[in-house]
Amino acid sequence: MQNVIEVKNLTKKFKDFTAVNNLDLNVYRGDIFGFLGPNGAGKSTTIRMLTTLINPTSGTINIFDKPLKEKRNDILKKVGAIVEKPDFYGYLSAYKNLEILGQISGCDTSSKSLMEILETVGLEKRAKSKVKTFSHGMKQRLGLAQALIHNPELIILDEPTTGLDPQGMKEIRELIIHLAKEMNKTIFLSSHILAEVELVANRMIIINKGKTVVEGTVQDLLNATNLKVTFEINELENAKNILAETQWQKKIESFGDYQILFLLEKNEIAPLNKFFVENGIPVHAIVPKRSLEEYFLNLTEKGN
Amino acid sequence: MYTLVSIELSKIFRKWRTYIGFMAIGGMVAVIQLAMYLQGKHFLERLTQNFEQNFVFVGNLLNGYLISYFILGSLTIHIPFLIVLVAGDLLAGEATAGTYRMLITRPVSRVKLISAKFLAGLIYANLIVLWLAVVSLGVGILIFGVGELLVIRDAIIIFAQNDILWRFAAAYLLAGLSMSVVCALGFLFSSLVENAIGPIVTTMTVIIVFTIFSAINIDFFKTIKPYLFTNYMSTWLLVFDDPIDYHEIIKNCLVLAAHIVGFFSSTLFIFKRKDILS
Repeated sequence: MQNVIEVKNLTKKFKDFTAVNNLDLNVYRGDIFGFLGPNGAGKSTTIRMLTTLINPTSGTINIFDKPLKEKRNDILKKVGAIVEKPDFYGYLSAYKNLEILGQISGCDTSSKSLMEILETVGLEKRAKSKVKTFSHGMKQRLGLAQALIHNPELIILDEPTTGLDPQGMKEIRELIIHLAKEMNKTIFLSSHILAEVELVANRMIIINKGKTVVEGTVQDLLNATNLKVTFEINELENAKNILAETQWQKKIESFGDYQILFLLEKNEIAPLNKFFVENGIPVHAIVPKRSLEEYFLNLTEKGN
Repeated sequence: MYTLVSIELSKIFRKWRTYIGFMAIGGMVAVIQLAMYLQGKHFLERLTQNFEQNFVFVGNLLNGYLISYFILGSLTIHIPFLIVLVAGDLLAGEATAGTYRMLITRPVSRVKLISAKFLAGLIYANLIVLWLAVVSLGVGILIFGVGELLVIRDAIIIFAQNDILWRFAAAYLLAGLSMSVVCALGFLFSSLVENAIGPIVTTMTVIIVFTIFSAINIDFFKTIKPYLFTNYMSTWLLVFDDPIDYHEIIKNCLVLAAHIVGFFSSTLFIFKRKDILS
């Protein structure tokens, strides 16, 4: 596997505060790499170091097998990024903003090329509108457009769905998958929402307080921990009786009015559903719940 | 670099605050010219009343040259504020808008980005001075005509009509150099903060304090006066001396240029190491 990003012992200190502490990570070509952590974990600081906005206190960053510090411009020609919320020159149009950023990047800024990018992110009809009239979602799309304008091989996205409505989040997710699968881009996706990363990423790292908590393929990491799953059932008393004295009894976390919350491994969900059905208890819904916080707790509990 | 400077200029000239300077100068000069048109004779009488016993003044002394000279003397104190309005915003404005993040993640070195911004700032500063020349000298000549230029400094000097224009050209060039120092200082302060108000206020405070120090006639201030750049900002006046002290002009220009280089080098040094947290 070819390394696209290789970070070793990366540390960033702000006076006495250590934002990133000896972080190691590897992103391979073609990855959709989820970079997870709660707010304040050091994700944005790491991304700012990857995009040369801030200087590391120590450690090394190699991108495309080149040291970022020495080969910054060569590397950034092949990197597109959204760092935190995308901000633009509000007094300029979307088109003009893209044109300026494209010219600085030294890429094709013909009208055809710019309009194609705006079309990719669904902003072609607002090309001539001033950015100050844009909603947050539209700015996010324009942020993606500016990250793609020079056709980069690596795209770094810092919480790209923040502030978007569900439809907007879905569209961004689809675009990320399209970029990776159809256009062979490597994606570095930062988020504090586990479900978001779970839906698109193949590999992920979770950091907390600037340190790595866990790293690996999404499938391995998520299968390694238990999942909170709510089974919605009308006949709750019957279900309680049937569950008594079975192996499932130990997996019950709590009861609701028409719900039972279980703590299960992913591969136990189907057998439990089968168990209810075979015992004549209809299941109306199965709702898995996995927040990053719960995942952390799970990891800790497993560790203990 | 040409592309980067063009981009910066287009950003500057698409902001309405850029035109405050041009409008303010246009407005002030128009008011002064109107006042001169209505009451210029009284002004000239007051100017020459102490000398009328020994001299007879003839010809069109209330002309475009005299008015331009008067305006240049009056406005060089206030133009720095108009320069700083833009210079102070060049870097801090990007921080406030959050656009640093997009600029600095581009495959262009920080040195190039900063140099382009600074060059655009210098162009703006000198365009302000050029605008002053056009509206005061150009329009002044159209309204009041031409004639000899009466300059009263340590002595009365009357410049012949054919000996004036080049002096104005040199004076505006020197005023441009002085305003470039102001631009460089505003730019330096702009690199330190994330809000444009700070650099504007700080630069103006420095200029006002230094100007006051330069004007106080006490030995202590006389000692520090050569080290205050504001002391050299009126170098343009020297081209209206007779004979001209070229040595002094060159020395002053070098001091002003050294300040520009010093302020800009400091900005580069700071900005290359700066963590962009906005």
